[in-house]
Parts: sequence; structure tokens; C-alpha cells
Amino acid sequence: MILDSLLPAAASSYAADIDTLFDVITLLVGIPFLISCYLFFAFILRFKAKEGHKAMYITGTEHKYMKWIHRAHIPILTFDLVIVVMAVQVWYDVKQDLPEMESEVRVIAQQWAWTFVHPGADNVQGTADDITKINELHVSIDKLYHFKLESRDVLHNFSVPVFRLKQDAVPGRVITGWFEPVIAGEFDIQCAEICGIGHGLMPARIHISSASEHAAWVQRESAAALAQTHSPFTGVGTGPANVKPELQLVTR
Amino acid sequence: MSRPIATTRSMAGIPTARLAVWWIIASEIAIFGGVLGSYLMHRLAHGIWADYAANTNEWLGLTNTFILLTSSLAAVLAHQAAERGDGKRAANLLYATCAGGLAFLCVKAYEWNYEISHGMTITSNTFWSFYYTAAGIHALHVIAGCILMLFVAQTAKRNEELHRVEIIGVYWHFVDVVWIFLFPLLYIAK
Amino acid sequence: MAESIPVGHGADHADHGDHGHHEMSFTEKYVFPLDHKMIAMQYMFTGMFMAIIGGFFAYVFRMQLAFPGIEVPGFGVVTPAAYNSLVTNHGTIMIFWVAMPVLIAAFGNYLIPLMIGADDMVFPKINRLSYQVFLVSAFVILGAFFVEGGAFGGAWTAYPPLSTKAEYNLSGLGSTMWITAVFLEFVAFLLGGINFITTAMNSRAPGMKMWDIPMVVWMIVIASILFMLSVGPLLAGGIMMIFDQNLGTAFFDPDRGGDPILWQHLFWFFGHPEVYVVLLPAVGIVADVITTFSRKKLFGYKTVLYTAIGTGVLSFTVWAHHQFIAGIDPRMANVFTVTTLLISVPIAEMLFVYIATLYGGSITLTTPMLWALAFIFEFLIGGVTGIFLGASGNDIFMHDTYFVLAHFHYTFYPIAIIGTFAGFTYWFPKMFGKMMNEGLGKLHFWLTILTFNGIFLPLFVLGAAGQHRRIYDFQNYPELAQPWMQDIRQFATICLCVMLGAQLIFFYNVIKSWMSGPASGKNPWRANTLEWTAASPPPHGNWPEGLPNVYRGPYEYSHPDREEDYWPQNEPA
Repeated sequence: MILDSLLPAAASSYAADIDTLFDVITLLVGIPFLISCYLFFAFILRFKAKEGHKAMYITGTEHKYMKWIHRAHIPILTFDLVIVVMAVQVWYDVKQDLPEMESEVRVIAQQWAWTFVHPGADNVQGTADDITKINELHVSIDKLYHFKLESRDVLHNFSVPVFRLKQDAVPGRVITGWFEPVIAGEFDIQCAEICGIGHGLMPARIHISSASEHAAWVQRESAAALAQTHSPFTGVGTGPANVKPELQLVTR
Repeated sequence: MSRPIATTRSMAGIPTARLAVWWIIASEIAIFGGVLGSYLMHRLAHGIWADYAANTNEWLGLTNTFILLTSSLAAVLAHQAAERGDGKRAANLLYATCAGGLAFLCVKAYEWNYEISHGMTITSNTFWSFYYTAAGIHALHVIAGCILMLFVAQTAKRNEELHRVEIIGVYWHFVDVVWIFLFPLLYIAK
Repeated sequence: MAESIPVGHGADHADHGDHGHHEMSFTEKYVFPLDHKMIAMQYMFTGMFMAIIGGFFAYVFRMQLAFPGIEVPGFGVVTPAAYNSLVTNHGTIMIFWVAMPVLIAAFGNYLIPLMIGADDMVFPKINRLSYQVFLVSAFVILGAFFVEGGAFGGAWTAYPPLSTKAEYNLSGLGSTMWITAVFLEFVAFLLGGINFITTAMNSRAPGMKMWDIPMVVWMIVIASILFMLSVGPLLAGGIMMIFDQNLGTAFFDPDRGGDPILWQHLFWFFGHPEVYVVLLPAVGIVADVITTFSRKKLFGYKTVLYTAIGTGVLSFTVWAHHQFIAGIDPRMANVFTVTTLLISVPIAEMLFVYIATLYGGSITLTTPMLWALAFIFEFLIGGVTGIFLGASGNDIFMHDTYFVLAHFHYTFYPIAIIGTFAGFTYWFPKMFGKMMNEGLGKLHFWLTILTFNGIFLPLFVLGAAGQHRRIYDFQNYPELAQPWMQDIRQFATICLCVMLGAQLIFFYNVIKSWMSGPASGKNPWRANTLEWTAASPPPHGNWPEGLPNVYRGPYEYSHPDREEDYWPQNEPA
């Protein structure tokens, strides 16, 4: 639909479903909205005060008039029902259901930077070849990822508009979710929960590449990670909030 | 003191002051409901809190329950006396109610003193935070009730504004009922 | 002096001494008044002053968004810290220090006794205390800008741990002052609410039955009840937050056994009903204005009332739709999606009833009527865009984007600004005894409405494009730094500047009309309700000649049995 041009690129497997939902809601609230507007302006123009003309006396309890108000509820309730069913379906797929993963990334938010821990060549988290990147998330197209979202200090929100994905990071909890990229490209990751002075200064980027390019990247970075044993980020591996890396104030 | 005519009207059939005190109580229920609701959510999620609660002194809590219930009885008697127009007796009974409130606060002070000196402070853990916060908010209501009661007793002694005796009594019963909820939740559930 | 007030025709018995009759000093009359009308004016003008401050904040941060990094005229360079404090306090002030005092306290205080035919509130001293507490709270929230570390900048929702730990928000004292101010403001409105509810329940004129109460009085009373029943948990939460900040407790600290989500529940359990707390008075004002200027009986008086009560009850069951993606159990989202969408039923019915009231009317487009009609139209937009956000699946994407921001400005702006202007211009003749200038009023109306839509319609587009709230400079995000987006931001900011400038017309109109406007007489709009039978402006005691009696409902316009097209409530049959 034409409304899709308003939305950013749809880069995850469920983005299209959310966009469809958006379109359906637009249609279902748009129709009653336009009808209401039409009646509203029509009444104002039609019933302007005229000299010597007295207004009608309608109490609003007469069946003749009241039935129109009551009838209007039928479409409204129907539309509500359609929206609820579709919304719950999408919600279930994105948030309640957790399909089998093919790979797992850890997303660690802090004031004011993102740490992304990618599995290395062994595709297992918590091993020495894990690839840790600040403000850069590298994923492969058509691969189903689980993310483990943590926060080191305050609430943050891991939001990837092109995925239509958003989830609060809550300190003390590890929240699991999933996504599957479907198009390649480089896109914004925003923090969508105010997290202090630097809230506007923690942009990150997601790099989605083809399976072969991604595999090459993993090989390269994983070897580098193994070589660089004294990286300040190797301690990130085991649990939430064990080593607090240097604060990174990233500006462009 | 003069009042607007508005104050003397009673379209709802309930005297204005009584109506007002019930609305105050409704909003207070929401406040205590918020504290106790939050406490219960935490309590149910943390089994270990039962161990912390074991350190509270349920006998002192029970004593305080009796003190408050007795003072409420005095408030009821004060209301009856006021109904009969016996302002002097009503005032004396209100003083007795106040004394009950004071005794309650003394026991409370002893308890807290003991607990704090044994290392169980408001920052020890979230159970103790709730313990002091919930009981503290309640104690503030006891103090406020006592002060108001002294004012009411002053006027009642002169046989003026006797309807206020009932109003402060309703409020005092409410403070009492809040304690009836706090006591089992903070002391007995172990 | 006790006999100097004639007792009303009804069952009022005398207990009224020197009420309103001895010469009062300036302080007694204007600084510490007991008269409900003067307290209403105190609330009104304090609220308007705070609105100017909130508007100035909006101007500063919108300038930063449109022209990042410039030295904003009248403020200077906006640092990230300043930006956060400005948006936080813009939100807090506009809701708690503008919408609440003006819609509930100012109109409630002014209108309730006048519209129900009483001489004052039932507890004038509590009423005065309420304003004083409110005034202190206003000083506290503004004072935070002058303390070390500056004002709180963790958003008006103040989610912990950001709001509870100075090491995270870097404004320890500012955040304590913020929560203290909010706490005091709530106490003030609890005191006021008791007055509104008991006055309306008990002090109605003889003959005024339940269904004879003007809609605006009903709505303010229902709003006060909603407020009293919903604010308690947040007051408790406020105490916990102050303890967390200053005593070192850990109610909301996950590292030490607390739970940050608890605050969100306490906040939104109040926060959502709060929307209806401010909505309902505006809806009531609009009911009175559109019936008067379409010379029509309100279509389905009881229907409006039941929908208001239904909305109020439902509003207690929807709070977690603000927390869909906050880490709550995802199954809960399904329940809250259903309850949220159910609210569309009574709200839609209410708007339909209002539109139906216009049907068959004899409509005059005076300034107050234009404002009231604009309220219906703009609130309709706010209502339908809410469906996008209540639907959990779509909220995953829309949550905390500018779509949300545009949506709630389409609800709060009609409520707090349009509703206030509708009420203020409608009752101005009663308040000051003068008519306002219609030409200036209409100019102000059109400038304000057009620029309002100019600000917020484009923001829906930015929100749909994935732009999130509370980010002080979008140039850091390549996808949000596209030139067309920056053009939209600049357009919205320019509209805002025009809108703020247009308010000068309003203030000029108020002052000029007050000084030299034509006298209005008692009932310039030929309206039915009781306040129009008192002198303009009403003296202390409202009807020194005796309080009115009531014989019929408030909306008997164009009754077929009558020559006149209105039928005052106090006119014997």
C-alpha cells in the first residue's frame, strides 16, 4: 500500500507482517474517521443559524435517532475484533514464540554504548573466539538469531526500526528475543528508552550481509579475537555485569 | 466561625463532613493499597523474605493491635457520648483514644529501636525497606489522627461541633483497620 | 451581620454569619482568598504562567531539533543534559501544572458552586490550602533548574534506576525535587478533589436532581473521583522513590532485590486514568459550549454520562499498554490489547453523541464554539491514532517513536489547550463582566489551530519512519539525518514559533477586553445554566439576593412549547 512508503525498509522476516497490520489498522480506523469527519463538517455547514429558524428539540433518547448511534457500534466492535486478532497474532510471532535459533548474539546496553558479542567461527557463545564489537552488530541474511539483551546500569531499549523490533533492556535480567534478517544493508540501531544525558549519543549500526560475506567476516574477526587475548572485552563472556568496560561516549 | 450555605446543605442525604471523610478514606485506601500491593508482589516472588520476617516481634505487634483496638473502642464510646450531647465525656474519651495512639507509638519506637540496633535497618534489604516504609506511613497517620483528635476534643469539651467526634472516629477506625492488614502481612506471615 | 444574607428560597438554614460582607483587605481578597472564584483565578493564572514556561521549553528543544547546535535565541546552546531536562519538565509541567490546575482546579472551582447554585465550596479553607500546596509544588519544580546538577532529565515517566541513582542521572537533587514537586501537586489535588466531589454531591440548589447537573460539573466530579482512586499507588511509589534516592533503600534497584518494573506499574496505573482525568473536564466544557451555540439539547445526556463512567472504569484496566515492550510477561500484552481497544467503544460513542448534538441545531460559530468544535475534530484524530499503539503487534514498532508523541499531543493538546480556550472564552464574560473581541478571538483561533496541525501532523510521518523520542540530535543517525526529515523538523518548529507568537494575540485580547470591552450583562450567550443568572462577575457569595432554585435540566434549548429558544434552569415552570 501507499502507506508503506512512509515506513523504513522491511529487513526482518516479521517486518512485513507488522506493516500489513499497520495498513489494516489504517484502513479500519480510517473509514470511521472519514465518515465521522464528513458528518461533523456536513452538520456544521447544514445547520448554520438562520434568521427566524428554531433548532430541533431532540433529547437523544428517541429510538429514531439513537439507533444510529447503536448501529455504529457494530462496525466499531467488528473492526476492533479484527485489529485485536491480527495484533495478537503478530505479537505472538514476534514476542511470545521463540523459533529454533541458528545463531545467538548478546546485546549489552550501558550508558552510553552498545556491546554486541557475536559467536565466533564455532557459532557458540562464551568461547574464546567470540567477537565483541562496540556499536556494531554483524548478522547474516536469512539466518535466525536469538538475542540475549542485558543492561549494565539503567533501562535501555534495543530498537532496530528496519526490523520493526524493540525491546527494553532491564538491569538484572537477560531478555531473550529473536529476529531473522531478510535483506542486506547497513541500518540504524537506536536506544528507545531514555537512559541519561547521553541517550541521544548511543547510535549503533547493524550490518546485514550475505551468508558468504558474513562467514568471511566471522572467520577474520574470530581469528583476531583469539590472537588478541588481552582485549578488555574478553571478560564480558560469562554473565551480566561482571566487568564494566570503559565508558565509551561515541560521537560522530 | 461562619460557613458558606453550601456547607450546610445535604442533597445526598449524608452530612458533608461524613461524606468528605469517606472520600478521604477512599483515597487513603488507594495509597495503602499501592504500598501493600507492591509488598505482596515482592513477597510472593521472594521466599527468603519469610526468614527476614522471622526477626519481627509478633508479641509486640499483637500488643499494639490490642492497644489500637481498645483505642477504637474509646472512639466509639466518644461518638455515643457526643450523640447524647455529652461533650465533656466525649472529650475525655477522645483523650483516652489519643493515649492509646501514643502508647502504640511508644511500643513502635521501642521495637524499631531494638531492630535498628540489631542491624535491621531500612536499607538492610527490601523486606526491611517495606517494613519501615509501610509501618512508617501508618505511624504518620496515627500521629496526624492524634493531633486532629486533640483539636476536636478541645471544641467538644465546650459542647461545640460535636459532629466532628464522629468524623475523627471514622478516620481512627480506618487507621486501625490499616494496622489490621499490616500486622499479619509484616509480622505473622513467616 | 448574621442576618444580612437573605436565605435562599429552599431548605437552606442559616449558618452564615459575615460570609463575604465585611470589607476585606487586599491580602485577604487576592493572596489568601477563601472565595472559590478567586481561588479559581489563582489556579487559572498560575496554570497559564506555567503554560508559558512549558511552551518556552518546547520552543528551545524544537529549535535544537530543527537547527542542531545553534545558539537558541533566549536560551543559548542546548546541551544533551539541558535537552533532557527541558523535555522532561515540558511534559511534567504541561500535564501536572497546566492541564490539571486549569481544567480541574480552575474550572472546577469557578464553575461547580456557580453551576449548582451554591455560594461557595463546602470547605473553603481546604480549598485555599489546596492552592497553597500547589503553589509550593510549582516553586519546587521550577527551583530544580537552579540547583547543582540542574533539573531532572529522565523523562516525565521517571523510570528507575535512572531516576533513583544520582550516579546515573547526574542530577541527584534535581530528581528528588522533581518527585517531591509531583508528590505535593498530587496532595494539592486530593485536597481539591474532596471539595469538588462533596460540593457537587451535597450542595446543589434545591430542586437540582442528579440529571439536572450540567455536564461540566459531572465531568469534573468523575475526573476527581478517578484521580483519587488512581493516584494512591503513585503517591506510595513517590515515597519509595524518595527513599531510594536519599535513604539508600532498594525498592526499584535490581542489584539489591528491588524491581524497576514495579515503578512502571505504579506510574501507569495512575498515568493512564490521568489522561481521562484531564480529558473529562474538557469534554464537559465542550458539552456546555456546543449545546449553547447550536441551541440544542445535549443528545443523550445520560449516554454521555454513562460513556464517561465507562471510560473511567475501563481506564483502570489498560495501564500496561504503556509497557508492552518493557520486559513484562508477553502474555499480559494480549489482555491489555483487548481492554485498550475496548475503550474505543465508549469514547467513539461520546464523540458520536457530540456530533449528533449538532444535527438539527442552529449553529453560531462564535469563538468559544470554534474552539469546542476544534476539540471534537482534533481529539478524533488523537483517538484513532491511539488504536495503532494499543494494538500490541504494531506497538512493537511504534512504541516510543514520534508517532506516539504526535498521538498524545493530539489528545493532550485538544484537552489542555483547546478545551481551556473553549471554556475560557465561553465563561470570560462571567469571569470579568466584559465581552471578548470576536475578531481577535477568531484570528487567534485559526492561527493556533492551523499551526498546531502543522506541528504534529508531520511528526506522525517522522514516527512512522522510525524516529525515536528524546534524542537531542538526529544527525548522529544516518537514516534519520536525511534532508527531507530535517525539512519536516524545521517546518514543525516554525509552526511552533508562529503558534507561540499567536498567543500574544490572546493575551492582548484578554487584557484589552478586560479593560475596555463592552459590558456583557448577566447572560450574553442566552444560556440555561445557573451561573448565567448571577451578576457578571459574581460577587462573593454569588447570589447575595438569595440562592436560586432549580426546576429543570441544563440543556432545554429550543423547547417546542416556548417562544424563547432557551429555558433557564431556575425559571419556575
